[in-house]
Amino acid sequence: MNKTIIRLGAAMGALLVALPVMAQDLTFWSWRQEDRAQYEQFIDTFEAANPGITVKFETFEAANYNTILSTALAGGTGPDLMMVRAYGGMENVASAGYLEPLTVEAIPALADFAPSALAAETMRSDQTLYAVPFASQTQLVIYNKGIFDANGITEPQTWDELIAASQKLKDAGIMPFANGTATAWQNETIVGDLVSSIMGKGFYDDLIAGKADFTDPRYVEALAKLKEISAYFPDGFIGLDYPSAQQLFSSGMAAMFAGGSYELATFKTQNPDIELGVFAAPGKTAEDEKLVAIYYDGGYAANAHGANKEAALKFLNYVASLEFGQAFANTLNNISTVPGVTFENPLLAEIAELNTSAIPYLMLVHFRYGEPSGSVLLQAEVQKLLAGQTTPEAAGAAVTEGLKAWYEPFQK
Amino acid sequence: MPKLRMTGRGLWITVLLAPPLAFVALFIVYPIIAAFAYAFFDWQGLMRGEFSWLDNFHTVLFVEPYASWTRNAFTHNIMVFFALLVLQNGLGFLLAYALWRDMPGARFHRVAVFLPVVLSTIIVGYLWKLFLHPLFGVVNQSFRGLGMPWLAQPWLGQDSTALWALIFANAWHMVGFPTLVFLAGMQRIPTEILDAARMETQSEWVKITKIVWPLCAPSATIVFVLLFVGAFNWFELPYIMAGLDGSPYGSTDVLGLYFYRTAFGNVSSGQQDFGLGSALAVLIFVFIAVVASIITVRLRSREIEL
Repeated sequence: MNKTIIRLGAAMGALLVALPVMAQDLTFWSWRQEDRAQYEQFIDTFEAANPGITVKFETFEAANYNTILSTALAGGTGPDLMMVRAYGGMENVASAGYLEPLTVEAIPALADFAPSALAAETMRSDQTLYAVPFASQTQLVIYNKGIFDANGITEPQTWDELIAASQKLKDAGIMPFANGTATAWQNETIVGDLVSSIMGKGFYDDLIAGKADFTDPRYVEALAKLKEISAYFPDGFIGLDYPSAQQLFSSGMAAMFAGGSYELATFKTQNPDIELGVFAAPGKTAEDEKLVAIYYDGGYAANAHGANKEAALKFLNYVASLEFGQAFANTLNNISTVPGVTFENPLLAEIAELNTSAIPYLMLVHFRYGEPSGSVLLQAEVQKLLAGQTTPEAAGAAVTEGLKAWYEPFQK
Repeated sequence: MPKLRMTGRGLWITVLLAPPLAFVALFIVYPIIAAFAYAFFDWQGLMRGEFSWLDNFHTVLFVEPYASWTRNAFTHNIMVFFALLVLQNGLGFLLAYALWRDMPGARFHRVAVFLPVVLSTIIVGYLWKLFLHPLFGVVNQSFRGLGMPWLAQPWLGQDSTALWALIFANAWHMVGFPTLVFLAGMQRIPTEILDAARMETQSEWVKITKIVWPLCAPSATIVFVLLFVGAFNWFELPYIMAGLDGSPYGSTDVLGLYFYRTAFGNVSSGQQDFGLGSALAVLIFVFIAVVASIITVRLRSREIEL
């Protein structure tokens, strides 16, 4: 009798211990409200392969996501899994010790990821990876194939050809570019989109090596070319905000949009009939390497103090897998960072191809770690430059001077 | 002094008072004090670090680039305040006078003037952003249609017009409020006084300056103080129309935007620093509280009892 009770007790105890293992509920936070349906699908696939683990997907407003996330983590009510931003935005959350450090032992697939992708989710101070990077974004020129064909224009191979094509469109009564610069961050993207090839890889290498700063003639020339091409932006573009610039392009009123690969899905949604093409803005001569600017968007991270860390790591292994990367690329039309992914969408395949000759999207990747950030400085200076309030030389000098406040290589 | 016995009435009063007091302490007093305290610590994002005395205050006031950002934003707030004083309160007074004198269509105009006040700031912001759109905006379209294309400007994109565009939109939105307050003030003026004045002069100007304006002093105090507080807490409209950075290049930056950017960061460019943000918030709060009190006391003293 006694033995039976003990046995029963032991069985009950085992069951109680096992229960949390049998049903593990994970919460997963994201700022991608628009991708909810696709994420639910990814989660279904994961849950089918990992019985007993359920993942609940919750989204928050993108603009305040970091604030909401860090507040929740600080209060101990954070999620088990979360999307985190890259670079400085990731460090804000990771530096407080909220994120689980990731290693190749825990997630073997990471070994094959591109080093630049991993760098985006690695904190500089402790050289530790905190998230599985999910997508790269490319800054380039997007164009309307229909308009290009109708005007007999092909993808330009030199800067002069780009100017000539723009002039031809303007003469035909079509806006060459749709871009507007009233929205501050657009002033930074157009630098990456339009003049990466003008500044060139050599400048980037020297800059990072501490041998050059933004007063370098190559960078100043890039800003001068940006000013030159802005003559082909819409009338009053300095007062034109980002959403209306997008509309100008997707409605077919403008032929080109200097923007990121993230625009493609938006344009297709706004106008399903539009036929899109992409190219890297050319350098001065056809021999100059045509460069796009690339950066990583964010990553998937696990809570260091989460209750179900083992299950969370399983999920991170899943999002690092080729299966997930392929599904991500196919359904979300994004350039997955998972190595070996192939792209059904010819445009994405083309962008993946362009990514092989790229420089990092400068300010975001390297100059957002102190105040004032390179982005704040560049956005303001480009806005001034395009409004005719400053010169390329003065703009380069102002950015360098501002960064001296915290960027050591410039302090010499 | 009555004896404090915890029986009957005393107990009853205590029981009734305790919950609201606790509520106020927890949700009003504590957050304010906490915000004050935050300003004295060093922060890494949202992680509190060392106690740092007045470092944060020193940084936002005297260390570049914060010092010039603070100066820039503060200057804009002052400009906004004085511009709205004329455009919003001044115009509001004149409108109120016109309505009060029962000019033709006064009933209709009373509603028309007050209608925009009812709209949410978000709607007004988007509406004016559309009106001022450089290509399709009704403002530029009208100028072009009237054969004055040189007046069609990228209003929100150039430093010479951006802040004024926001001020104008704000005045359009809120002018009905001072109008209503002044109108109420004018309606309180006894008819005997007005009749007496009418015996002396027919000049509207004299009546306004000698009778109506002085007797409207209490209304003026209210709208003046509210405008002051509103101008220095200005956030929604610039946030919607110009964005967190005070685009273009800081020419529409005001303390509210600057505080938000500093404390919570900005997706596309900034970092979050709660300490500096709290220091700014404390400075703004103290400035508004002190100046608003002084203004109230000074203006009260010139009011006339009717």
